[in-house]
Amino acid sequence: MAKAPMSDLPKILREHESQILDQWLRLLTQNVRTGRGRITERELQDQCRDFLAELRDAIEGGNLDDIRTGSFDRLRDMLGHISRSRAAQGFTPSETAIFVFSLKQPVFEMMKSETASAESWAFGMLLDQLGLYSMEEFLKRREEVILRQQQEIAELSTPVVKLWNGILALPLIGTLDSSRTQVVMENLLQSIVQEGAEIAIIDITGVPTVDTLVAQHLLKTVAAARLMGADCIISGIRPQIAQTMVHLGVELNVASKASLADAFALALHQTGRRVTRISSNDAKTSGISRGSAPGGLTGQANIGS
Amino acid sequence: MDRIPILQMGRALLITIQVDMHDQLALALEEDLAAKIASSGARGVLIDISSLEIIDSFIGRMLDNIAGVSRLMDAETVVVGMRPAVAITLVELGLSLSGVRTALNVDRGMAIIQQRLHDYEIADGD
Repeated sequence: MAKAPMSDLPKILREHESQILDQWLRLLTQNVRTGRGRITERELQDQCRDFLAELRDAIEGGNLDDIRTGSFDRLRDMLGHISRSRAAQGFTPSETAIFVFSLKQPVFEMMKSETASAESWAFGMLLDQLGLYSMEEFLKRREEVILRQQQEIAELSTPVVKLWNGILALPLIGTLDSSRTQVVMENLLQSIVQEGAEIAIIDITGVPTVDTLVAQHLLKTVAAARLMGADCIISGIRPQIAQTMVHLGVELNVASKASLADAFALALHQTGRRVTRISSNDAKTSGISRGSAPGGLTGQANIGS
Repeated sequence: MDRIPILQMGRALLITIQVDMHDQLALALEEDLAAKIASSGARGVLIDISSLEIIDSFIGRMLDNIAGVSRLMDAETVVVGMRPAVAITLVELGLSLSGVRTALNVDRGMAIIQQRLHDYEIADGD
């Protein structure tokens, strides 16, 4: 539509560059708080000047309709870069969007004085498209951050700890959803194979709520461990959670203990071991140097059956 | 047709599945095993599935059935060596093989069976 006669816009942008830039910057600094280590006024100025120059180049050919075409490549790259860095610097979405949209006013004012007619409509549309593109890039960057954090949380919060030869503990922290259950299960089963474990203690002290779904996930984990030949003990069910589970009618048909210590004692018992207190004399002579290496059944604290 | 060999070790039977289980093979195994338990008077059955990479719902159910049949004939079945991926798949399929005893490896499985045989001898000696 705006293609037919050579557009006046590049000319306006070129001739009034400094005026437009000044007014744009004034509008921007009103709306975007600089400082606080995010972005300096100097940087903002550079970004604006570069953006304006690229915009002029892009519309030189008279294309104001579609920002996905080749002449806009460099402008898009630049805007994408600016928007992503805004997201990383912690700007709000509107602070990011205002970068493009506040260019409207200064340019339109120049157009009035130059009596450029229907072009203002096309230019408005163009800036709208650029603004949307800017938001897309902004959100894309935010989503990348969220995705990475999700992965990190999933990896961080599912350690499998070896308590003794053949006894593993799995302290669960955070909500159990299906994807986490999958990770937990895989880790646990892998460790069962590696350690040749007979007993796995699943400690749910760090699980904030247990509803029917979470219980089902727990039971799946228990069933999978049993298929590998390992018994499970569940520990750390807090009083409120125990009440909720009973009210919901959730039944875990596995041994459950109030604390990890109780569960560990049961595990030792089931594997034919017993913890005994040694006399004070022995403690002085053998206390530190002997340690309590797993499997050292004659060691400090453990006696085999 | 291929058949899975059933080895006898004293009063225990040893089955090592080293080929892909297909449905006919599983059915044949169930039949053979029942006959073998009857003829040998075995008290324990050890099934090693450590080389099985795929277990579908049918094979999973067959393992359950085999354990049920053996139990009726007074022999305990221990399934050993299930891979983690297989265990997860079975659980996702809703098969927890609740009638089957499991152990991590042949060693542990054999210990379970020996324990049972030992209990038996004491009972026999009364």
